Order: sequence, then structure tokens, then C-alpha cells
Amino acid sequence: MTGRQQEQDPLVGLVGFTRALREGGLTCDPHRVQAYLAAADEIDIASPVQLYWAGRVTLCTDPDDLPRYDAAFEAWFRDAPRRSPAGGPPVAPRPSRIAALTPTPAGSGDDETRDLQVAASDTEVLRQRDLSELTDAEREHLRSLLALLRPQPPKRRALRRVPHRRGEPDPRATLRAMLRAGGEPVVLPRRRAGIRPRKVVLLVDVSGSMTPYADALLRFTHVVARRMPAEVFTLGTRLTRITRPLRQRDPERALSAASRAVPDYSGGTRLGETLRVFLDRWGQRGAARRAVVVVFSDGWERGDATALAEQMARMRRLAHKILWVNPHAGRAGYAPVQGGVLAVMPHIDRLLAGHSLATLERLLEEVRSA
Amino acid sequence: MTAQRDREWRLPEDPESLGKALEDTGYLPDDGIATAAFLALRMHRPLFCEGEPGTGKTALAQALAVALDVGLVRLQCHEGIDAGQALYDWDFPRQLLHLRTVEAASSGGDLDVDVVEASLFTRRFLLARPLLQALEAAPCVLLIDEVDRADDEFEAFLLEVLSEHAVTVPEFGEVRATTPPLTVLTSNRTREVHDALKRRCLYHWVEHPDLAREVAILRRRLPELTDRLARQVAAAVRRLREMELLKPPGVAESLDWAEALLALNRSELDADAAARTLGAVLKYREDADRVGTAGLDSLLAS
Repeated sequence: MTGRQQEQDPLVGLVGFTRALREGGLTCDPHRVQAYLAAADEIDIASPVQLYWAGRVTLCTDPDDLPRYDAAFEAWFRDAPRRSPAGGPPVAPRPSRIAALTPTPAGSGDDETRDLQVAASDTEVLRQRDLSELTDAEREHLRSLLALLRPQPPKRRALRRVPHRRGEPDPRATLRAMLRAGGEPVVLPRRRAGIRPRKVVLLVDVSGSMTPYADALLRFTHVVARRMPAEVFTLGTRLTRITRPLRQRDPERALSAASRAVPDYSGGTRLGETLRVFLDRWGQRGAARRAVVVVFSDGWERGDATALAEQMARMRRLAHKILWVNPHAGRAGYAPVQGGVLAVMPHIDRLLAGHSLATLERLLEEVRSA
Repeated sequence: MTAQRDREWRLPEDPESLGKALEDTGYLPDDGIATAAFLALRMHRPLFCEGEPGTGKTALAQALAVALDVGLVRLQCHEGIDAGQALYDWDFPRQLLHLRTVEAASSGGDLDVDVVEASLFTRRFLLARPLLQALEAAPCVLLIDEVDRADDEFEAFLLEVLSEHAVTVPEFGEVRATTPPLTVLTSNRTREVHDALKRRCLYHWVEHPDLAREVAILRRRLPELTDRLARQVAAAVRRLREMELLKPPGVAESLDWAEALLALNRSELDADAAARTLGAVLKYREDADRVGTAGLDSLLAS
């Protein structure tokens, strides 16, 4: 601790630290700040080690928080007095339009008029259009159509049981029925395993070759993630989990939060490598286990395709179904000949097109029945 | 359990003394774990431990129980776990028998339904599952293991136990712990645990121990291990962790490995000994292949 904080009431320094953390991107809600202050009360705050750990166990909630916490702690308690670890003023949420990867019209308030400009009969045409060739007005219309999608999750048998006409006898319900009938087993209620939504994992390739589709596909994943237990990741030169930013209801806000989280838009692809990271950090531990995995990628692999094949074989052993969505697969005369696609073909359940709204609707159908 | 035991925690003075107590049980904590456990005790907050498999999350709870000289109640979570398996359940066969007995005893006479029902839902027909057990046995250490394996709805059952130290049984009433148990939750992070649960807990990310600590752990757990062999095993395991394996070995694996070497009466970890015992550390064929192609010698080079 610097002398500055010791002279003053320590509370000021501690609360200031939580503000600095919040600016650094941690949640730090009042509840956690309270816990932090209570923890600081229990320990010897003159000891940097104890102070460090008291903050870390109360304010961090995720391993991704730890580097940010470490940096903020260094800056706040070890360096010369400074206002915040970043030094700058708090970053205000940026307008949502930065999410768009391709040019979009500036005005967002005139959605309705734009919708009207696109005649209703054009909807059917638009559903078949290639997402990479849309005009701005069509793009706008597509967004409203995406918002109308009602994806259904795939189903699996649950362990928990629910009352049902057929099935095994339900002792709890039997007892209640007997009690009602004065001790006689008049009816024999039964129960059986219920139905639960199956997990869905969406992996979206955001590398350079997928750029024309990335915006529409991310909007699509937002619609899906809002309606079922889905985990969403982007693949590029590295893996980024965007499930959290996509949880927001408003598509524009969700998309801008997601695009801020993804550092490698339109970069290169190392599909095999990023899939390995996904399987190591998430897939193998449970995210991909018995899940329906949907990969949106053109299979354009810069690295060695054998690494990709190896990882897909691994995923095959974990996942319930693997669907590969390739925007180019819908083009006339398409044949899966690229190294990457060839490598994954033996390990996937279906190769689907994903270049238009109609094909994305078909994908939802596949996911539901998986 | 109900014998009038010292029903209060013997609280350690500071994180260091808790760390010492843990060390005496054979668990070697770093500053982070000692401080986290100390705060959990003092603030009556559950401790949420997340980390790679094999970093000693479960062992921490066991060591805490020994160090604090209290019982350990363990709840292993799994997919589909429900309140009946975690909190409490009614003993249906006995309730049925009881109902029959009451009926037979009254032999056709009038049965007062309310009285019978009240007699059915009493403590003696209530089966205490781990969470209820822990509340009744407190002070104790409650280990909720691998909470990420349970369904996300299950977390809602935990909230009352974790923040109020109480369980409400609709037919029976509230069971409240006289002294809150020390709760340790572990997660391998197979899915994100709900924020409502995390908010009630102290969060600790458990890392693999550094080289010196791992050597110390090996020597402490396996006293017959020579310092030289412990160092070799710890260094080799460290190299394995850097090798991009499907399942990087944890402390549990290095203990297994050292034990395997001891069982073979090896005093040194050479290529031959490593090849014979690699199955104790690497549990995937792909991993064994990868290490094999990289060469066992590179693993052992010091």
C-alpha cells in the first residue's frame, strides 16, 4: 500500500479500487463490494498478500477476470497514486452500430419506413438471396426477419421424472392418493422420465474468408442463443466465447458487445488449433458432451488439415451430433474438395448450406430434430 | 452426532495459522487457499473453488475437516440430481406401513385424517440427505463436489442452504443450522455456474502448484520417496503440462506416478521406468502417442 491510502480512511482506498476494477471490466456489483469490505475487515490489510487474496476471492468470478484483477491491483496498490488502472476516463458503452462488419445505413430509427420500402412479396426472394450479396435495405429487412425466427431446442431424456399415464409407479403420489382415500390404494399414479432441452454449441468462423457472412451469422446465433441453452464461440486465429455478451436481449447491443469481445475479426484461420483450444477448455469438460455442435465455417484452413481432422475426430467422440454449415455449399456446382472440408467430412453428421435465410431455417429444423 | 459436542467453531486467528493447521494434515496450501478458506470461515460464506481437474479442490475440503476437527459431509453432484437426493426425502415405505398400522389399530373406527397426516410428516419419517445432514451436524465441512455436473435448475435448491443455512420442508417446517457449516463447492468449469450462486460465494481459482510446492506435496504424501525422485517426477509432470495434452496431469496423477515408481522399487526416473509407468500419468492413447513421439528423454532432460 502506498502512504497515501494509509493516512486516509482505508475504506476510501478500497472502494476506489473496486471502481478502478469496474472500469477495468469486472462486474463488481455492490453486493461483491460489500463482501470485499467485510473480508478486508477480517484480515490484516497491511499485508499485501492477504489484501490481494481478500479482493481476489470476493471480487473475481471467472478465471478470465484474474489477469485484469492482477493488473488493477498492481496499478492501484503498488504504483504511485493514480485514478484508474487504465488512466483514462471510464469508457462509455459505444453505440451499437459498430457491430456491423459491412456498411449499414446510419439511421436506426427509421426501421419501419425501410421495412415498408421492401415489398412483402420480396420476402420470399430475400429468403433465398445469398447473405453476402444483400443491399443495405435488404440487410435491414433481413434483421427483422431474423428476429421473427422461433428456434426450438433439440430434446433429450431427463433424469428427473414427471407424472405420466404410463411408466413406473410413483410412491410419493401413491401415498398422497392413499391418504385422500382413507388408506386404500385406489389409484396408482405413475411417472416417467421427463424431456429436457439438449445443449447446443455454435462455433462461428469469423476469419477473413467468412467476413461477408459473419454479421448475419452472429445475428442468427443471437436469435438461437436467446431461445435455447446454447454456448457460442467465435473461431479465428483464436477462440472467443461470446455467450455472455449475446445474452442481452437487444440484438444491436448484444452484437456490439460481442464484437468488442472478439479481437480477431477478419483475420486468418487456424481452425484445427482453435478447435483444439475449444475442446480443451470447454468441449471435453462438458460443453460439447452429448451436445449438438454446429460449426459455421467454409473450412478454409491455413494450417495443416490433419490437425483439423484430429480435433473433429475428438469432437465426434464427445458430441451427440455435429452439423457443419458452409455458406459455399449452397452454390451451384459446389463440391467439397478444399483440404479443410475434406478433412472434416468423415467426422460430421451433415454438411449444410448456410448462405441464405431459407437455408438457415433448414438448419434450425435439423437442430430441432437432432 | 447429537451428543453434546463442542458446538462452536474453533476459529483460527489468521490465514497463516489456518495454513499451518492444513499443513499438519498433509495438505500444503498456498497463501491464496489459506486466505480464501480463512475468509470463508470468518464471513460464513461458501467457498467456490474452480480449477483444472486434479488441483486438489476436493482434497482441500477433506483437509479442512481434519484441520478443524469436524465432520465432512459430501454431496457428489451429477446430472439429474434433485432435491430428493440432495436435501431430504420422505421415507415412503415406512410411511405406508405406519398408515396401515394406524388403520389396523383403529380397526374400522373413525380415522381423523388431519391427525394421521400430521403423524406421517414428522422428523422420524424424514430422510436427511447430505445438505440436511450438514445443517443438522454443523459445525462441519460441507463439500458440494462438481456442482457443474448438476443441472442448472439444481443450483436454485442450493441458494437457501448457502445463504440462509436453512432448508424448508413444506410439510414439516424449516430446519436451520445452529452454527453454519463451512461449505466448499468445487467445479471443473464444464459450464458456467449461475451468477446468483456465485454471488453468495467467495471465488477461488485453483492453479497447479509450483515446482517446489509439488515436490513438498509428493514428499509429504509419500514419505519413502527420495528428494531426488520427487524432484524428477515433479519436473517431468511440469513438462507434461506444457505439452498440449488432452488431459494434462494434475497433482493426483503425479502422486500416482510416484507411487507406481515406488511400487517398482525404482530410485530414479529414467526412460525405462517412465515407459513402464506412463499409464499412471497419461490416461489417453493420443497423449501417450504424443509423448512417445516427442521422446521420453526430452521429458526427463533436466
